[in-house]
Amino acid sequence: MLLEVDGLTKSYAGPEGPVEVLRGVDLALDAGRTLALTGDSGSGKSTLLHLIAGLDTAEAGRIRLDGAEVTALDDAGCAALRRGRVGIVFQQFNLIPSLDVAANIAFQARLAGRHEPERDARLAGALGLTPHLAKYPEQLSGGQQQRVAIARTLAARPKLVLADEPTGNLDETTSGAVLEEMLALVAETGAALLMVTHSEALAARMERRLHLSRGRLA
Amino acid sequence: MRHETLLALTALLAAPLPAGAQGFAGMGTDAEGFATPAPDPRFEFPADHGAHPDYRIEWWYLTANLEGPEGTAYGLQWTLFRSALAPGEAEGWESPQIWFAHAAVTTPEAHHAAERFARGGTGQAGVRPDPFAAWIDDWRMAGESFDDLTLRATGPEFAYEVELTAEGPLVFHGDGGYSVKSEAGQASYYYSQPFYRAAGTLTLPGGEVAVTGSAWLDREWSSQPLAADQTGWDWFSLTFESGAKLMAFQLRQTDGGTFASGTWIAPDGTTEALGDGALTATPLEETQVAGRMVPTRWRLEVPARDVAVTVAALNPRSWMDTSVPYWEGPVRVAGSHAGRGYLEMTGYE
Amino acid sequence: MTRAALSALWSFWRRNPLQLFTLVAGLALATALWSGVQALNAEARSSYDAAAAVLGEGRYDQLVPRSGETIPQETWLTLRRAGWQAGPVLEGRLRAGETSVRIVGLDPLTMPGGAGPVTQAGDAPLATFLREGTLFAHPEVAGALTAALPRPVVADPGLAPGTAITDIGVAQEILNRPGALSRLVLAETQPLGRPPLAEIAPELVRQTSRQSADIGQLTDSFHLNLTAFGLLSFAVGLFIVHGAIGLAFEQRRPMVRTLRTLGLPLGRLIALMAAELAAIALVAGGIGVALGYALAASLLPNVAATLEGLYGAQVSGALSLRPAWWLSGLGIALLGTALAASGAFWRIARMPVLAGGGRRAVALPAGRRHGRQAALAVALMAATPLVLWVADGLVAGFVALGALLLGAALALPPLLDRALALGARWARGVRAEWFWADTRQQLPGLSLALMALLLAMAANVGVSTMVSSFRLTFTGFLDQRLTAELYVETESAAERAALRTLAAREARALLPVLTVETRLAGRRAQLRGLRVGPTYSENWTFLAREGAVWDRVAAGEAVIVNEQLARRADLWPGATLELAPGRSLPVAGVAGDYGNPLGQVIVGEALFRDLFPEETATRFGLRTETPQALRTALVEEAGLDPGQITDQSALKAFSLEVFDRTFTVTAALNVLTLAVAGFAMLMSLLTLAGMRVPQLAPAWALGVTRRTLGRLELLRAGVLAGLTAAAAAPLGLALAWMLLAVVNVEAFGWRLPMFLFPLDYARLGLLALAAALAAAAWPALRLARTPPSALLKVFANEA
Repeated sequence: MLLEVDGLTKSYAGPEGPVEVLRGVDLALDAGRTLALTGDSGSGKSTLLHLIAGLDTAEAGRIRLDGAEVTALDDAGCAALRRGRVGIVFQQFNLIPSLDVAANIAFQARLAGRHEPERDARLAGALGLTPHLAKYPEQLSGGQQQRVAIARTLAARPKLVLADEPTGNLDETTSGAVLEEMLALVAETGAALLMVTHSEALAARMERRLHLSRGRLA
Repeated sequence: MRHETLLALTALLAAPLPAGAQGFAGMGTDAEGFATPAPDPRFEFPADHGAHPDYRIEWWYLTANLEGPEGTAYGLQWTLFRSALAPGEAEGWESPQIWFAHAAVTTPEAHHAAERFARGGTGQAGVRPDPFAAWIDDWRMAGESFDDLTLRATGPEFAYEVELTAEGPLVFHGDGGYSVKSEAGQASYYYSQPFYRAAGTLTLPGGEVAVTGSAWLDREWSSQPLAADQTGWDWFSLTFESGAKLMAFQLRQTDGGTFASGTWIAPDGTTEALGDGALTATPLEETQVAGRMVPTRWRLEVPARDVAVTVAALNPRSWMDTSVPYWEGPVRVAGSHAGRGYLEMTGYE
Repeated sequence: MTRAALSALWSFWRRNPLQLFTLVAGLALATALWSGVQALNAEARSSYDAAAAVLGEGRYDQLVPRSGETIPQETWLTLRRAGWQAGPVLEGRLRAGETSVRIVGLDPLTMPGGAGPVTQAGDAPLATFLREGTLFAHPEVAGALTAALPRPVVADPGLAPGTAITDIGVAQEILNRPGALSRLVLAETQPLGRPPLAEIAPELVRQTSRQSADIGQLTDSFHLNLTAFGLLSFAVGLFIVHGAIGLAFEQRRPMVRTLRTLGLPLGRLIALMAAELAAIALVAGGIGVALGYALAASLLPNVAATLEGLYGAQVSGALSLRPAWWLSGLGIALLGTALAASGAFWRIARMPVLAGGGRRAVALPAGRRHGRQAALAVALMAATPLVLWVADGLVAGFVALGALLLGAALALPPLLDRALALGARWARGVRAEWFWADTRQQLPGLSLALMALLLAMAANVGVSTMVSSFRLTFTGFLDQRLTAELYVETESAAERAALRTLAAREARALLPVLTVETRLAGRRAQLRGLRVGPTYSENWTFLAREGAVWDRVAAGEAVIVNEQLARRADLWPGATLELAPGRSLPVAGVAGDYGNPLGQVIVGEALFRDLFPEETATRFGLRTETPQALRTALVEEAGLDPGQITDQSALKAFSLEVFDRTFTVTAALNVLTLAVAGFAMLMSLLTLAGMRVPQLAPAWALGVTRRTLGRLELLRAGVLAGLTAAAAAPLGLALAWMLLAVVNVEAFGWRLPMFLFPLDYARLGLLALAAALAAAAWPALRLARTPPSALLKVFANEA
């Protein structure tokens, strides 16, 4: 089992006391499989994703990722986990504005210490980025920027790709194309994919789907 | 073989004035225009007690082990150095001869030192062989003959006046006074009067002290005293209770090796030269003084004479804080032979 | 991982070169100012020392002939052989072509202390000095000497003008005075048991080094104050650095977030950013030290000697840099950067991974932050007198100074905000109202630059006040203490009788100098007896006085104490001092006595003779309108030797010349500090320029021309700078007051009086305004030339 989540609980301080966002969430994902996580706004989808990536800490419960106890890791451990085994594709791309496209794609792989230039080139080619390698993020369209983010994630060969509304900032046509390219590439690399989305259409493209409601999975 | 001090001054003269100790590199340079010592010397006295301005360096070096009325041990040093910028002498300020002198008094607790500088030619400093007089400013070593001298020196915190009477003959080191200093053949003329009886008065911050004891005067001149790879030396002059005396020195080399030599002096003044390998000197204990480590307890062995002694400083802080600094002070001897003497160490940077 | 992260961090600077430039330039300018002030300090010091150091004048006592011009060399020899440690000097004038050169011959082997002129003459090898007969000459006369003498001549700017130094033997030869000496310089420590001078060389007189030593402490105080201003100049630069770092870190927040989500540990990230800043600081610091060098070189005449001392460049040609000095420059650059960046790092360290994605707006709406800032400012400024009241010592003085400056800087934005609100209320017409409101909105973005301007201005007001007050005090003190035109040292009753006879006929007044060292008010102190007359009553000023001071002192009814004693023993007018058992007198006045480490009590001559009947005055001051004639008469008629007569005008002239030089440099530093502040403003305005377009577009759309917008931008900068200058003047005065009246008292026990120079301040204010307008000119011009399409885009985006 690549990812196991048991009894995860998380709350935030709200105006009228603490608000429980996750109340005992259990989840499992095998290597190479895909899973969609749906739910209404504020249902805690993104929070769950952040917890799995070690970007945030839970009150109770545990997360095991590729044999590592994520919930027991310190800050540096979480950083190492993100560097080595997890790739994240955000809704707002999170590219480094001062680096050009080629440097952005290579970036995470270089951080993780396993950079392969041929792999970058292949990914860039598959995502149609080859003509844009020398450009800076601000010179790209939204769809192109998200393609760069996907290439960056996959260039680092993560075991688990976490995607948070990856096409949420894109128009419908672009969104469909980017998604297709991403799914194909994830399948090709053999990584597992956990995608948060509020779109039924997107969720339907995944092998499995779970719905998060009132802090519990169904 | 003493006193790289002088040699250091030679280096100093080629270097910026405020440079202080320049180390000993470059001291074994060629003697440009200076006379050099040759084997089989023939000394003529009293003339040779005087200065030899054709040689680059020369000294009159006296050390004394003294005792006060309550048995307190004291050490005394009086040294006049001559260092020539060029061979020969000239009148007035034109003189190329530089004179300088060090005086010190050592007690078990304190070490007082002073120094003086002068140029030859003006009469401020010089040496006259007969009747003998060596002087710089108000410091003097003079008398009717070389066997009967009065010694005096003053500093800001000490002064002394001591009568010296020779009770034995002059002693010639090396091969009849030709003393070899390195395997490469550097050499000096070197003789001593180690048989002075001494009596006089020390003026110290605590008051005047009447003292008696023995003194040892070294005479040496040369033009190229050190080989290029020699960094400094350790020099011992010891008087044993048996009446025998030992002069021993070792020159330290940059490669860690040493060149050691010495003279065994029987109570009647007959000598035996000790060549390189005949004696060993091994540091046993170091003292931190003036920001550096200096060995102040030694193991000294002369197997041929069954000498195996420990030499320990009376005051480990006998540091000569002069323009060219070095360590010089009285020592006590214990082991196979008991006695006392003086130790000089140079080149501990 | 490290390389990847570093390249990402560095890419930011590559894409934002203007910000990198601001940071490096700010830091380099700050370091340069600091270095420049250090150089100035060293230059002033070496100028003071130059005259005194030639032959250890002022530092060593000397033996001079009682009569005649020369000492036979045999006398020197006799003294040496008796143990007297004295170095011979022969001095004379040599005609070399058109010029007359002062030749000083000496014996380097017997010159006391190694501090004599041989070390002055650069690093002359002793052998060169002794054997080659080389002359070391001031550059102005080196050429003439080379032409006149068949000897090697080396130019040395460290020597006093018109002077050449050489071996005593050479001097005797070229001056044609074989066997003759002018004077003997005595070593500070002498051996035991020397016979007294009168026994072995009764024809010589000992001259003490007292007079020139007195100004040492005064100049030390000057240097302390200058150092404080050096730090202040540095602080001005730090404001720029702080601003640049703060802006860069704000803009890099999204990158920081991305790097962390991609797995870069926080500790590593901070370490990398710190290393990056340190590298920038080192480069900027290096540039700054070099700039300081250039600054010093262009500002100071005859600076070579100073630079040699500071930077370790050696005359021999091989340029070896003194590491300590460079390190201190780089160190202060690093320290300053660390100080300026600490806040930014603290925020990043505390930032959660997911926060901070969005940029914090650079220009916050005015008003809200001001409350907290104003409270902090008030607290800091309130702490200033509190620190002074509670704690003593130099450190407390500097802490209080720091609190005052920081508090004032923090108080500036809220104050300006208030002032602008007031302006808005009085504004008539829509355009004026919009102008005031818009200026207010710009305030947060400009506040750091304005704080820098405030500090720069305050520092300048302070430094002008300090230097000018110092000059006035110093010259006043010289006038007061060296009132007499000539001073004469006498050796015998016969000489004194001759002097009296001559003085009665030729001089306006003869003033005996009567001083004994004794214990007064429980501590070591001097008692001085004065022959009260117009000389004193016309020249002396008092720090505090009661009644007719001089009449009371002349009548033996009261005493004057110096400031040191007044402060230490709390003896102010009205207090009573016991001069001898059962003999107490009230204090009538307190006089400044700059540079004297001892307390001093001044009484009338009659009372002094009463208290110390055995004391005879050997030193006399002579008042005259014709000092040259009197001097000649003293030598020819009274039989005194020229060496016994001191002409005080030489000392005065020298001191004033040093000050004139210092003034030039101070003025240049003023301009530079303001230029730095102007640079800070330019950078802030350029940073704001991008954000200005959306703010100005509506005004443009409503009919304000772009030209007018540009003019209003300029006016805005002028208004803000003017208001800042108005705030800076009192702050600068407070600063000067604290340095002169607090720090100086803590360091030296006396207070420098403060004088005001309103015209100087007005000139400085105009200069500050000019700097601000110059800084605003380019951004305003750019605005006036903004293409309409860029302005239109604002509305397109909004749609």
